[in-house]
Order: sequence, then structure tokens, then C-alpha cells
Amino acid sequence: MASIPHDAVHGGHGHDDQHDHHPTGIKRWLTTTNHKDIGSMYLWFSFTMFIVGGIMALIIRAELFQPGLQVVNPEFFNQMTSLHGLIMVFGAIMPAFVGFANWMLPLQLGAPDMAFARMNNWSFWLLPPAAILLVTSMFVPGGSVAAGWTMYPPLTVQQGIGMDLTIFAVHILGASSIMGSINIITTILNMRAPGMTLMKMPMFAWTWLITAFLLIATMPVLAGAVTMILTDRHFGTTFFNAAGGGDPVMYQHIFWFFGHPEVYIIALPAFGVVSQILPAFSRKPLFGYHSMVYATASIAILSFIVWAHHMYTTGMPLAGQMYFMFATMLIAVPTGVKVFNWLATMWRGSITLETPMLFCLGFLFLFTMGGFTGLVLSLTPVDIQLHDTYYVVAHFHYVMVAGALFSAFAAVYYWGPKWTGWMYDEKLGKIHFWWSLIAFNVTFFPQHFLGLAGMPRRIPDYNLQFADWNAVSSIGAFAFGTAQIFFLYIVIRMIAGKSGVRAPAKPWDGAEGLEWTVPSPAPYHTFETPPVVK
Amino acid sequence: MALSRLISFANKQMLGKLAVFTAIMFAFGFALVPIYKKICEVAKVNDFMRPEQVKNTQVDLSRKVRVEFDSNIRNLPWTFKPEKTSIEVHPGELTTVVYEVHNTTGRAMTGQAVPSYGPTEAADHFRKLECFCFTAQTFKASETRQMPVVFLIDPKLPRDVSTITLSYTFFEMPGAGTPSTQAPAGKLETNMVGTPRQAS
Repeated sequence: MASIPHDAVHGGHGHDDQHDHHPTGIKRWLTTTNHKDIGSMYLWFSFTMFIVGGIMALIIRAELFQPGLQVVNPEFFNQMTSLHGLIMVFGAIMPAFVGFANWMLPLQLGAPDMAFARMNNWSFWLLPPAAILLVTSMFVPGGSVAAGWTMYPPLTVQQGIGMDLTIFAVHILGASSIMGSINIITTILNMRAPGMTLMKMPMFAWTWLITAFLLIATMPVLAGAVTMILTDRHFGTTFFNAAGGGDPVMYQHIFWFFGHPEVYIIALPAFGVVSQILPAFSRKPLFGYHSMVYATASIAILSFIVWAHHMYTTGMPLAGQMYFMFATMLIAVPTGVKVFNWLATMWRGSITLETPMLFCLGFLFLFTMGGFTGLVLSLTPVDIQLHDTYYVVAHFHYVMVAGALFSAFAAVYYWGPKWTGWMYDEKLGKIHFWWSLIAFNVTFFPQHFLGLAGMPRRIPDYNLQFADWNAVSSIGAFAFGTAQIFFLYIVIRMIAGKSGVRAPAKPWDGAEGLEWTVPSPAPYHTFETPPVVK
Repeated sequence: MALSRLISFANKQMLGKLAVFTAIMFAFGFALVPIYKKICEVAKVNDFMRPEQVKNTQVDLSRKVRVEFDSNIRNLPWTFKPEKTSIEVHPGELTTVVYEVHNTTGRAMTGQAVPSYGPTEAADHFRKLECFCFTAQTFKASETRQMPVVFLIDPKLPRDVSTITLSYTFFEMPGAGTPSTQAPAGKLETNMVGTPRQAS
């Protein structure tokens, strides 16, 4: 992000920290406390991990291209499925949205920086060591975690040292997320420009405020769960060890107490991004702003009381299954409110289809499909059939990839001009969208069929009857992977200014918000004197 | 500037509150462990590790159920096998079977047996009155011991279940001292047959 003219606009402010004469080169990035620098680092880190996790996904799909074992052995396959999940969730998607939050929240709220600028630096620089722990765990004796990204005991209690590295990585990632969340909450609650009441905040700030609360409520619980695995492994405790009266199923309860809110930790900021972009390109204010806020909060609260729908096959009492089924179906109500509000926002809008809007429409269409398959899976009797099949894999990739990832792409195209000062190449952006959309559906739509036909997930080999759709899915996966290299090319071209079109302060005529009142690229220091919002 | 100092103070206060909340949630993660055990106890889920009270033992002579006995060892240099691998019983009939354990090592060791059932719906109808799995078992060097299981099958067992497998796995309890302090989840007071409480 060398294109940010970090010395451009900050003369004569006389502030008391180091901003004025910050170091250059690598030391600048190591010591920076600037929210824009840190936001950029988060985004680059996230993209790097996205490629690493993507390569793992392609190894999985290469193995599954044909029945039988061709490419990797089953032990390595298990490591790939586990690491792919962990890296994509904790390394790619979450840091991407924290990156957007770092870049955009101070700009949207009229704050000069995040509330705790030094802690912000720390929460970013915790990520690379965690990533190194995760990736290098593949090379220790016994290999990395291989029991799935959910790290269920008893397998994780028995695995080799790679599991210890994973546990520490999760601890570090958790600490980073918690500090990031504390920073975001404080920034949003304390640092808003005068006149910006909570109910005037952009939706992105609202969704992040609620997400950050989810994070500080659940990340410590995950830290506790993996700590219990660690002490079971090395210190003779028997939380999950049946021999001492422990219970592996208890881990699943504790894990999913974190794990289900985690789903919304990923989804809510994506909702926020979409709630910014759809109005901009429909040239209408967001329909039902208040109901959007309440729906977001309801989703967050409900997410704490539905966790055991991931565990219908563990032998829960019938009453428990019924409760979790109905509670889960209840989440469809606030989610439906959001989807209908987005549709109503577009209704009779003056819509243009620039790349960010295309990705938002792709999000809307595919995320809703993923939501519907989620509703199917919430039905206990159906889920008992479909549990751990490719139907589940298809479901959560529709909400994670077409939901969170597409909205992250939309955010990069929407705010990218503000970051770099250059427009991206609209034609290439559109190619990226259609390429991703088609490849995504070629990859994951057939997995619904595979799952309904009974193909189990996390298994490197399969019955011959599944061969055709697996081949199709693998071809789609490789096409989707290459599309993201193309995305990198588009972003680098944008940074280098190859499109030749300088971004004005407000490149989208329908866009609203304080971030468009500062020049593009955004100066290194913004809103040192807070703007007044009426 | 007074305003910026005010904001910074408010920020620090907020940091403190949120940090406390985070710490509480970390503790809550561990609090889930006793909560979970309590819920299992109340809901009578996972309740296979303690003797059951059986009042009315009406024997259902109209059918017989085949009970298969299985034994497994994990990380223990012991031999562990049932005297008979299967028997046929009427539901409601009080039955005693014997498992034999031999400690092949020259030192005292403690292990814990954990039962499991197949099919799963049998688990709710299999009532153990006495079992060596209710407490940890310590074996002296080269000791061999026969240990009984007294059970009956609840006559309410669904009619389509004609075979039940009772499978025990013995786990080593590393560093276990006196077995009495090692009682598993169910908190037992009863001292079962074949469980001499002794220091190792």
C-alpha cells in the first residue's frame, strides 16, 4: 500500500505522539499505530491466508476429483480439511472484516483513529505468529490438527505435538480478536463525531459493534475449551477424557457455544457491508434502518441459544432436540427481516450494476440460498440424515463464501478507490464477479446433490456413484481459485493506478457517509478536528 | 486538550469494563463443566456410571434378549475378558456375569472401565445394579481378579431390540493414587463388590 501518501495532509496539528515523523520501511509497518496502515496490513494478511487456505482447499478437491486415493494420503487429507477450515475462518475471513473495520470505522464515525492505537498494532502483529504456528504444525511429527476445524476430542486429545501448536495458535488468535473487539467497541461508543448518535451510525458500524460484543463473549469460551484440551493432553485433567469421568460430548457443547455465535461474527459485518453498498447503488436510503439494527441485535442474541443444532446426532433428549430446532428456526425471522429490507431498498431504486453492487446482489441471492439450506438442516429429523454429509458442506460454503467472502470483495471494490486513490478497472471487476459467481456455483451446488445422496464429508475417498458431481465440483473449485489470483491482479492494478482514472472524494454518486467527505486516497490523518454531524 | 483527555479517560474506563467482561466469559467457559454435569444428572443423560435402583422386577417371559459382552483395553498392559461372551436373558430377570482382569505388569496399576451400549436405545433400558465400572480399579502386581456385573434389562425395552451389546473399555488412570478419590462423574458412595479400596 505504498500508494498512500502518508506525509500528505497532517501539518500543524501539534499532537503529542510519534505520528509526525514515523519510521520508514519495515519499521513503519512494525511500529505503526495508524488505523489505515493497520487496516491495510489486516487485509493483506487476510488475503495471504486466503490463498494458503485456498491451496489447501484445492488439494482437497484434487484428491476428490476421482474416487480412490491419487494425490495425498488420508492422514494428510484430514490435516488439509482441518487446517483449511481453521485458516479460512480465523486467518482469512475474520481478519478481512477487522481490516475493513480498522480502515473504515474511524472514517465513518469521524474519529481521528481507533481508541487504542497501540493495542491495535499489537492485535495485528499477534496474527502472523499464530499463522506460522498453524502452518508449521504440518511439518512436526504427527502432522497438524487432523480432527476437523472443530477440534473434537477424543481425537485431539490423542494427536501429536501439532495439536499443541494449534491450541496455542487458537489462543493467540483469540487474544488478537478480543483486543480488536475491545478497540472497536470503545471506538464506536466513545469516539463518534459530535452529533452522530447511535441511531445515525452507518450500518457497518452497527453490525461491527454487535459483532465485537459477540467476539468478547465467545472467544474466551473457545480459549477455555482448547485450554481444557491442553490440560487433558498434558496435565492429567479429564474434562473430556472418558477414563476419568470426562465426556467428549461436553467439548462439543462448549465449542458450539462459541461456534454458533462465530457464524454470526462472520456474517454480521458482511451484512453491514451489504447494507452500505445496496443503498449506494440503488440511490435510495437503506429501507428500515431501525429494524435492521434490531434484527442484527436479535440475531446476535438468538445465536447464543441455538448451539446444539450442530449436535443432533449426539443422543440429546427429544425435548432438547425440539427446543434447539425451534430456536434455530426462529433465527430465520430477523434474517428474513434483513433480506426483505435489502430487497425493499432496491425496490424502485435507480440501480446501476458496478462491481460492488454485483457482488452484493450475488451475496443476496446466494446467501439466501445458504440460509434456506440452513433452515432445512435445522429440522432435526432431516439433519440426522444429512449430518456430516456434503449437504452441510454446501450449506456453510454458501453462507461463508457467497455470504462473507462476496461481501468482502464488494467492500474492496467499494472502498478500494478511497484507500488507493485510483479506480479499479470496471471491466476486469465485472469479469471477476461473473467468473467467481459461476465457478462458485459449479463448485458448491453439486455438493447439495452429493450430500443428499449420502456422501460423507472429511473422507478422502468415496463411492463410485458420487464420481461425476465430484469431478464437476473439483473443476469449479480450480476455476474459483484462479479467479482469486485474477482478483489480486485487479487490486494490484488499482493500487498502481493502471486504470488511469483517479478516484474522486466520492466516486459513487449514491454513497452516503463521512468516509466520502475526505479526499481519495484518504490522507494519513483524518478527522483530527471532528466533523459535526447534523 | 481537555476534551481529548476526557475521551482518553472514558476509553480507559471502557477498556477496563470490557476486559472484566472478557475475564468473566473465560471463567464462564469453565463454569460450563459443572453446569453440564448437573444438566446431565437432572436430565438423566449419560448416567451409566452408578448403580441403579430397581423396584419392580416383573420378568417378561414372553421374549428373550441376547446380551453380548465385549471388552477392550486402552493403553493398559492388562488382559480383560468376559467369562461368557454372550447369554440370553428374559427382560426383567436379574443376571450376574463375570469379567476377569489380569494385571500383566509387575507393579500396581489403576484403571477405569467405561461402558457403552449398542444399539443406543438399549442404553436407557440396561440397568446395572453392581458394576466394576462404578469406581476406578487398582490391581496389585500380577493380580488377577474376577469382577461381577449385576444387571437386568428393563421390560420396557422396545420389542425390536433382540440383541444388546455391552462393551467395556478399560482406560489407564495415570498417576492415580487411591481409587476412592478417583470416583468418576456420578459421585458414588457405594462400595461395590470387587472394588477393594486400597492405596497403590
